[in-house]
Amino acid sequence: MATSPAAELAPRGAMAPVPYRVSSRTRETADTWTLHLRPLGPTIEPVAGQFDMVYAFGVGEVPISTSGDPSGDGCLEHTIRAVGAVTRALCAVNEGDVVGVRGPFGTTWPLDEARGGDLVVVAGGIGLAPLRPALTHALAHRDDFGVVNLLVGARTPADLLFTEELERWRLRPDLDVGVTVDAAPGHWHGDVGLVTRLVPKARLDAAVATALVCGPELMMRFTVEALVAGGLEKDRIYVSLERSMSCGVGHCGHCQLGPLLICRDGPVFRYDRVEHLLGAREL
Amino acid sequence: MRTLDELIADSPVFAGLDSAQLELIVGCAKNVGFARGERLFREGDPADTFYLVRRGRVVLTTHVPARGDVAIESLEPGEVVGWSWLFAPYAWHFDARALDDVRAVAFDGECLRGKCDDDPTLGFALMSRFAEVIIDRLQHTRIRLLDIYGDVSGS
Repeated sequence: MATSPAAELAPRGAMAPVPYRVSSRTRETADTWTLHLRPLGPTIEPVAGQFDMVYAFGVGEVPISTSGDPSGDGCLEHTIRAVGAVTRALCAVNEGDVVGVRGPFGTTWPLDEARGGDLVVVAGGIGLAPLRPALTHALAHRDDFGVVNLLVGARTPADLLFTEELERWRLRPDLDVGVTVDAAPGHWHGDVGLVTRLVPKARLDAAVATALVCGPELMMRFTVEALVAGGLEKDRIYVSLERSMSCGVGHCGHCQLGPLLICRDGPVFRYDRVEHLLGAREL
Repeated sequence: MRTLDELIADSPVFAGLDSAQLELIVGCAKNVGFARGERLFREGDPADTFYLVRRGRVVLTTHVPARGDVAIESLEPGEVVGWSWLFAPYAWHFDARALDDVRAVAFDGECLRGKCDDDPTLGFALMSRFAEVIIDRLQHTRIRLLDIYGDVSGS
């Protein structure tokens, strides 16, 4: 069977970016956008948890986790917060512009291993973006899991990502959703408080549950404490780490954390394997 | 339908108290309800009551000039609303409002303080439990002070 150029898979970990056109973009918050990308040549097929290096031509390249479902047609979604020169440039692209993409890189959320048990997905801030494909996978294979919990924390209601999708998820009878913010105006009807306070309320059988956690490192630390207090073993808890990833293939060493290179060995790690590194002040 | 005694005995904050102590506490308690949006108490008012939330949620708020009402923390079933009844000058530091239709157990603070004065063992037991609640909220507040979602650097 002949393969069309558009269906050609880019070599994994290729050092040269392939061109993707911005088919649309969605404003998530004041400083965060989701870019919807369509391939112009070879495709990249990241799996939940993996990241791509996204290149704003002439400005630079940044690692961005995939936030969309693996579509099979090579289209990508990346949710980007404008915090520096490259991410600001990426958030400012227009529909029709072309960006470069390399990847996919890194490890994936352990959805196969989690099958058969309860799932608790804990997201802080923009950490919901890397977890979104894991959650949508679990919902698409709902019978494979027991109780599925989504716990979301953000700084304020205005900082919540994917708000329309959150509302749809809330309406699902087969998904327990908790959303809380650290601060809110008085008319906010949702919960106010740390995301860790949602953990004890999650319905889960700790003996067979798997936790996927992504957010600022401090948030993940306190979330893991709450999960462990709730009976989860550390080897059932997975976190996604972020460091200054540059090459994406473990050559440059920018993302080194002790013996690990986050781009090659992560970004998704089983917590018991990185706990000692996260607590080390010398690293 | 569960009795007041059972509701109080099963609540986390009163867990482990003996039946005589529970009886003293129940003597200061009554069931109350608040419609969604209704105020439980207002900042500066005398703090003569505290609440154990049974159903619905309560939010603590304060008024900030130029920002309006700001939500500080929401409290869920099983949680205690208010500890200002324990300490002079016995006045509320914040407003409290029902986020949903709320059912709660209200405790007469003056009644309980009197029983604690008469029975120091009960007083110590209650103070220990409220100290746990206060420390838990303090730790969460400290973490929130770190503004963990706000400090982002990168390229």
